[in-house]
Amino acid sequence: MSKGTLFDKVWDLHKVSSLPGGSDQIFIGLHLIHEVTSPQAFGALKDKNLTVKFPSRTVATVDHIVPTDNQSRPFKDNLAEQMIETLENNCLQHKIKFFNIGSGSQGIVHVVAPELGLTQPGMTIACGDSHTSTHGAFGSIAFGIGTSQVRDVLATQTIAMNKLNVRQIWCENQLSNGVYAKDLVLHIINKLGVKAGVGFAYEFAGPAINLLSMEERMTICNMSIEGGARCGYINPDEKTFSYMKNKLCAPKNEHWEKALTWWKSLKSDEDSIYDDVIKIDASKIEPTVTWGITPGQSIGINQQIPLLDELSPNDKLVAEEAYAYMSFKPGQSIKDTPVEVCFIGSCTNGRISDLRVAAKVLKDKKVSKNVKAFVVPGSEKVANEAKQEGLDQIFKDSGFQWREPGCSMCLAMNSDKLIGNQISASSSNRNFKGRQGSPNGRTLLMSPAMVAAAAINGKVSDVREFIN
Amino acid sequence: MKSEFTPPIGKISNINGQCISLIGNDIDTDRIIPARFLKCVNFDSLGESVFEDDRKTLKGKHPFDLEENKNASILVVNSNFGCGSSREHAPQALMRWGIKAIIGESFADIFYSNCIAIGIPCFTLPKKSIEEIQNYCDNQFLFLEIDMKNSLAKSKDLNFYLEIKESSRKMFLSGEWDATSTLLENKNLIENKFNQLPYIKFNTNFL
Repeated sequence: MSKGTLFDKVWDLHKVSSLPGGSDQIFIGLHLIHEVTSPQAFGALKDKNLTVKFPSRTVATVDHIVPTDNQSRPFKDNLAEQMIETLENNCLQHKIKFFNIGSGSQGIVHVVAPELGLTQPGMTIACGDSHTSTHGAFGSIAFGIGTSQVRDVLATQTIAMNKLNVRQIWCENQLSNGVYAKDLVLHIINKLGVKAGVGFAYEFAGPAINLLSMEERMTICNMSIEGGARCGYINPDEKTFSYMKNKLCAPKNEHWEKALTWWKSLKSDEDSIYDDVIKIDASKIEPTVTWGITPGQSIGINQQIPLLDELSPNDKLVAEEAYAYMSFKPGQSIKDTPVEVCFIGSCTNGRISDLRVAAKVLKDKKVSKNVKAFVVPGSEKVANEAKQEGLDQIFKDSGFQWREPGCSMCLAMNSDKLIGNQISASSSNRNFKGRQGSPNGRTLLMSPAMVAAAAINGKVSDVREFIN
Repeated sequence: MKSEFTPPIGKISNINGQCISLIGNDIDTDRIIPARFLKCVNFDSLGESVFEDDRKTLKGKHPFDLEENKNASILVVNSNFGCGSSREHAPQALMRWGIKAIIGESFADIFYSNCIAIGIPCFTLPKKSIEEIQNYCDNQFLFLEIDMKNSLAKSKDLNFYLEIKESSRKMFLSGEWDATSTLLENKNLIENKFNQLPYIKFNTNFL
């Protein structure tokens, strides 16, 4: 078992009891909820005649089902309207703070909590969403839970969970120009596989990680789950603290100093013991694109889709499924693959820095006439900041549609969907079959800069040809 | 789709049923229940939509559509089953279709927790044994009797020792897999923990 890591420290601090079966009862410092996975949990509370134990430790927003074109109420989609109403009522009844549309702070739950300063080092954070691992970028221990566990957190502020093992992923050197956090995490998932993280928390560390901005770190931790790890984290440092300073809910004045001292004590000890350590050379990574139906099926922009013989026996089954579903041939180049839809957004890459980097590529350029391109800011704050910087205009001038904040076509619960077997270049996190709303729709995951490049050329392109 | 659905309650010590084999690695929860079916405020009608898109693609040839599987209740899968989204709708949909237990090479973490939380035991077996079961199911019915206490699965021709996390096994045997009441027993400890946590004190601006 691991010892002395940030994970161990935070876990031990939040352990309430050892449960009879051998799992631990863990206190959840911050609970985030949204409209999709919470209604049944509130329903269960009602059935069991229970109340919310610590309403101040739960914060809500609405993201998955919100339309991104017309957000006036009632929503055109009755079911979506019913879901937002249910969340509104549950929050009102249980006195839970809710950042609704128009509040100025609504958005994707994993974008909103960090920008409000709710996400802090040393906390345990849970949410009924697998991308909760995002918050680990601040040195919190954050993981996705299902609806029954949402019920448990509401009722007790705790969950029953087996302690995870800890794998350190040490990233050496630094990413080269035109290569981003998204490329790094896709590369890591490709190298380790999509199930290597089962039973593990991932600690991302090393020079390449230290150099990343907080938003880039969020991209890395966000996709831990795509490598099978429900929790991923990075030790907090000066970048973490300066990002948090003056955020709405961050500690203030003398509390800030106390918080800082405590946060600094949390990071993994020099002599920590890990259950496993993996080394990655960040300088060797190219802009990376997925070609298949799992986030592990990715290649560098100049590589070819692997031949069956090049794959390990365990990967062959899914590779064959992927060739057929994607209509790609083994050995084919990914570069120049025509794309029909370009999507920039999601909890992985819908933050202001993502929009800035994409806008930089798009400035004074036009989206290919064969492409439908749209950008969905991760939150109202991101949207406002982008507007202040004039990024919305750059997107619109290039031919991108500028939308309202939400999860949108990452999972296509609203009306933003692929049609038929369309291929999208997407800055989101999952390329599963049918993920973007069409049962035979196809998704190529890549960085927002790469999506911008693909939008201009109408085909998968190397963004390094656009930036000097 | 079975007619009557009754959720499991209390001790789960024996599960007897026909196996249904579903071949494939990394079958994600979007495939188990596509996101459009998540637009609901309860789980009641999910059973009929389980694997909706995969089933449509296979035009009646998906294992969940085959006449011979209509009474099956033990799902046999390969590796990393249930990866991706945390949606509990996935095991809820399987359960409402009729699945009472799953045997696989491996499971994604959140999917596993969700299954345990709603009373679906997930057992693991080595790849070779899973393939043996899946091959057997190709040709004939396989009825398994699962004995939770001894982690044993028995049938006419095949017998296996199943693996399950000890914490899960104990919870099913004692009937305490619905965690809320167990967690609530430590009310005072929870209060103490809340008062001890350093950040509760310095978060005066918290909402």
